[in-house]
Amino acid sequence: MPVVLETVGLEKHFGGIAAVAGVSLKIEKGARHALIGPNGAGKTTVINLLTGVLRPSAGRILLEGEDITSLEAYKRVRRGLARTFQINQLFLDLTPLETIGLAISERLGAGAQWWRLVGTNPLVVEEIVEILARFHLTDVMYERTGNLPYGKQRLLEIALAIACRPHVLLLDEPAAGVPEDERHEILATVAALPADVTVLLIEHDMDIVFSFADRISVLVNGALFVDGAPEEVARDPRVKAVYLGESLDA
Amino acid sequence: MPTALVAEVAGRLARRARWRPLEYAFWLAALASVFLLPGRHLILTEIAWLALFALSLDLILGYAGIISLGHAAFFGLGSYLAALFAKHGIINEPVLALVVSGLGAAVLGFATSFLVLRGSDLTRLMVTLGVALIMREIANQIPDITGGADGLQGVVVAPILGMFQFDIFGHVAYAYCLIVLFILFLLARRVVYSPFGLSLRSVKGNPLRASSIGISTNARLVAIYTFAAFYAGIAGALLAQTTAFASLDVFSFERSADLLLVLIIGGTGYLYGGLIGAVIFKLMQDWIANLTPQYWQFWIGLVLVLIVLVGRDRIGLWTGGVRALAERLMRRFAPGAAPVPVPPGEGR
Repeated sequence: MPVVLETVGLEKHFGGIAAVAGVSLKIEKGARHALIGPNGAGKTTVINLLTGVLRPSAGRILLEGEDITSLEAYKRVRRGLARTFQINQLFLDLTPLETIGLAISERLGAGAQWWRLVGTNPLVVEEIVEILARFHLTDVMYERTGNLPYGKQRLLEIALAIACRPHVLLLDEPAAGVPEDERHEILATVAALPADVTVLLIEHDMDIVFSFADRISVLVNGALFVDGAPEEVARDPRVKAVYLGESLDA
Repeated sequence: MPTALVAEVAGRLARRARWRPLEYAFWLAALASVFLLPGRHLILTEIAWLALFALSLDLILGYAGIISLGHAAFFGLGSYLAALFAKHGIINEPVLALVVSGLGAAVLGFATSFLVLRGSDLTRLMVTLGVALIMREIANQIPDITGGADGLQGVVVAPILGMFQFDIFGHVAYAYCLIVLFILFLLARRVVYSPFGLSLRSVKGNPLRASSIGISTNARLVAIYTFAAFYAGIAGALLAQTTAFASLDVFSFERSADLLLVLIIGGTGYLYGGLIGAVIFKLMQDWIANLTPQYWQFWIGLVLVLIVLVGRDRIGLWTGGVRALAERLMRRFAPGAAPVPVPPGEGR
């Protein structure tokens, strides 16, 4: 399988602290790739570097073979790299309808049109309706996002990334904070993503990771620790040591 | 089935841009004032250009979240350009001169927009304030062109479209300002309800997420800032043309600060805030100045403090009318009600 997203010696320092220290990661097309690691391992920083929220101190990022290291965040989205956030980043004053419409208009190059009214582009409206239905948001589409229950907001968070129609989707703990009985709804939508969409998932819940991923990378103290198929990673004594808090020399 | 839903959704979205009865009432009242209040046309003229100026600030503050204490920079430039065009006969026809003056202000808006892209509200307040101070000082330092502290005198404004001569009662001036205000209001309304306008609200609400769905937040802010500067320039040009005069106070800090006050009185983010605020501000100023000529600023200050204390969320009251108010009261007093949620429009 061709590599669709790759980092080469990626580093990020905050002051004197190396949050990410020389990560070289290869993600294959269509992969279900999980990035795991203890708290503070630098997982979210990696996502922020990949999406352009942060600029790396060193190293390169390649998307479909092209160097995007210094590309602005919004341009990466247009190249097919979308993400969700660990903590919801939504437009609280807008409705789900408007929110999804924003992403679709932008992708179709119609987002800056000032001469036509919102809702008059049938292409956009059709797709909004389709995505809202797929994410079970149709019944709340006219409500203010800020007033929605947390589970619905979480679905919208993911739906919004999907509306960008990414080739590569970065999911930062999609089920975080969602009550147990609502989790399946979110995980089902993630599982139902088209096979040609490459997914990089950050997750703490090992049940989710092992039911979803076909490849796992373990990040510890900002460095890539283990990288392999789920069964290899599960067997690896070093990973157990890290997760059980044991010292490696013991 | 889905096609029916698509049609319904499109209808719902389109309905939001539809004219509401109160809007018709507002503009009919404005039209009526032309015929019914001929003795008040001088102050109405001031209200009209102030309303346009406040509309301009609303575009960047209410829709894009850019706060400014120096919006007079664009107003003042428009003012001087219009006065100079008329004085030296560079562009005699007022409407054309008006548009060119607005474009001149837009160029300044574009050039300075890059200064307000980054930074907090405080940075933006300081940067915009600084730009206006610089503009004032430039005008002060080139008296050969601007007349310096004496102001630009000897301006003679030609008849509008070669037909309508400005009169001392302000009849023509008011009709002229009102028509310009109405046309630019229609344009602003169009822009605000467009995909571009919606994306501005997303940039205001959450710039991080906006850029994460492919929106070029900087480009949007530059565009609306430039557009708003055009409006402010037109407002300034209207002042110069209707008074046949321009002086340094078009750039003054008080002008920018008063403008913010006008918008706070009327409320931001629904386009009518600046218009209603301008009416209230000018009438209040006029009324209080008649009562107590020395102390009118005291009363204006008191009103400002009261408004801010009562709450910034007047949008719901104006647009949703009594219903929104009733809903809030019911929620507050309903037995066993949960704490009152943050009302819409309160979010930043």
